[in-house]
Amino acid sequence: MIPRHLIIGIVVMVVVALGMSFYVLRMRGNAGRAETTAASAQPVAPPVSGPTEQVALYVAYDEDGSLRAQSTRIPLPAGRQERGEELLRALLNIYLSNSSPHVLGPGSEVRDVYLVDPGLAVIDLNGAFAQGHRSGVLVEELTVASLVETLSANIPGITRVRILVEGKERDSLAGHVDLTNFYDTAAMGQAVRQLQAGQ
Amino acid sequence: MLIAVVASACTLLSSSSPDEKHISIYSSVANYSLSISQHKGTDYVGLLELLEPLGTVSARTNKDRWRIRYNGSDSEFIASKAHASIRGSDFALTAVFLLENGRGLVPLSSLSTLLPRILGGPVTFNQTAGRLFIGNVAVHFTAQVSQTTPPKLVMNFTSPVNPTISTEPGKLRMVFTHEPLVAPGSRALTFESKMIPSASFQESNGAAEVVVSGTVPLMASFSNDGRTITISPPQTVPTQVQSQGQPIPPMPSNPPAPVAPAVPGSVAAVAPGTRHYFVVVDASHGGDERGAALTDQMAEKDVTLAFARRLRQELDARDLPTLLLRDADVTLTLDQRASAANSSGAAIYISVHATSQGTGVCLYTALTPPAEQGQPPFLDWDSAQTSFLTTSRAAAIGVAAELRSKQIPVRILVAPLRPLNNLITAAIAVEVAPPANDVTQLNAEPYQSLIANAVALGVADIRGQLQAAGK
Repeated sequence: MIPRHLIIGIVVMVVVALGMSFYVLRMRGNAGRAETTAASAQPVAPPVSGPTEQVALYVAYDEDGSLRAQSTRIPLPAGRQERGEELLRALLNIYLSNSSPHVLGPGSEVRDVYLVDPGLAVIDLNGAFAQGHRSGVLVEELTVASLVETLSANIPGITRVRILVEGKERDSLAGHVDLTNFYDTAAMGQAVRQLQAGQ
Repeated sequence: MLIAVVASACTLLSSSSPDEKHISIYSSVANYSLSISQHKGTDYVGLLELLEPLGTVSARTNKDRWRIRYNGSDSEFIASKAHASIRGSDFALTAVFLLENGRGLVPLSSLSTLLPRILGGPVTFNQTAGRLFIGNVAVHFTAQVSQTTPPKLVMNFTSPVNPTISTEPGKLRMVFTHEPLVAPGSRALTFESKMIPSASFQESNGAAEVVVSGTVPLMASFSNDGRTITISPPQTVPTQVQSQGQPIPPMPSNPPAPVAPAVPGSVAAVAPGTRHYFVVVDASHGGDERGAALTDQMAEKDVTLAFARRLRQELDARDLPTLLLRDADVTLTLDQRASAANSSGAAIYISVHATSQGTGVCLYTALTPPAEQGQPPFLDWDSAQTSFLTTSRAAAIGVAAELRSKQIPVRILVAPLRPLNNLITAAIAVEVAPPANDVTQLNAEPYQSLIANAVALGVADIRGQLQAAGK
């Protein structure tokens, strides 16, 4: 016959083991949820305080392959360079939202905008932006035109724009639209007008 | 008109690996090349890819059986079996049939007996050289040295030719990848000339090669609409020559070898300023560069190649001689495409793209970057197209009109799309989207033919304008 104290000891150990298993499973679940939340987070814009300003964002719409000017009010810092970054982050927030009219790959970000006198703006995208971008002449042109026009329409004096990825030159955005040259904002204006006409 | 050439300027790099084996197919419909794959020491080629340019063909897989329909006649192959059924009759292959990811591969050594059964006509296959002639398409030539001072080797061909030419000390080498050139009576030719004593004909890896030996530097010139090549010593000491008005490609960071090996690829190079072709059709992407993934199974590079071949047929049918820049699954850089198109002297360049987004067709002309000041007489490479934008725009409008007449939605846009901005001729890009969002139609013959027909009609409509602009 098994002694009574041995039975009680075994029962206690089983209960403790079950309890620990439950605790571990719960902790793993919490960790998974935290990772998911981190992965889906949109680019974190630095907090900008102060009065809002009326700006025109040039938003791409895949449904008819058009570019539409969209007026909105966003808080903008005083520095020109910081304003450029805020403008493009506001644009990307639209593209990364659930109701995006022009879907970008997850994790797409504008790393920096540099304004180099006289009149040159350099947009530095992150790797996820280019790697996750859909491939096609029109879909890539919509993205580039949207970035370039949003910047040049809201920051006076920009005449040329260069786009880099992770700080380096890249042949094309996703296999089609050329990123090796400077974009002349006046020439890009012609493309924008055509794209604004839609189909 | 006789246009002199310094042959070294005609050499063009092809990015195909020299070690990669090819088969070239010559027919009255199309000349093209395919890659050969090896399995257990036996050479194989894709049967669907081989038949596709020749007629209406479709294939479907049912477990280990692969059925192919060519011009209404069915043939059936079984994976890992050496027997097949061709038009209802049994047929023995020289090795087993291979089925790889839905792609049917037949042994190369079976082609000479298999193809006549499928095509219903004669074929001549030189397996060692990787050259397949369907029907009576051979191009013959004669070679004779004139007793002039200096002597000239005059080669007359039965059809226009467009070889890749390179020079090395004591030799001028002409590689014919796209022409069904066959050997003269003797493969070794000797001439009574001290300056040009001999020439030889060789065939290998899907190409024919004529090597002219010389005791002095030699140069080649074309005449008689590409039917005559005259080889002679230059009048003056040759130097590196760039034709006036030719843009200068940017120097690569790692300069290529000075003389490119003439390997069978899909780029044909001709003398700068020489016009043997009216249209250059460029199937975008290819080789390692797949382009857009249109579906899980459909890559943009395959759709553009199929469409480009149909477009060439449509253009050729309208007496618009067409060079297909990429006629196989090979990788070409944008600089190579631009250089080949510029060298061809064609009146218009058409780049072909495909997309799964939207519907209809988008036509693009170049959005050129701000022009840098080129050092005369050269043009800035990145903005070379600037002087030709008016003609390019006219071409896009002409093509758009024909597409609209066939009820195909069409837009005309400018785009920063290379190599459009590097071209010194009218240049447009055609991006084909599916009809009514049915992406599978992108590769369907009726849809591609409808658009190819409209594009060809559009080009034919403005032929005069393009010719005038090219003068």
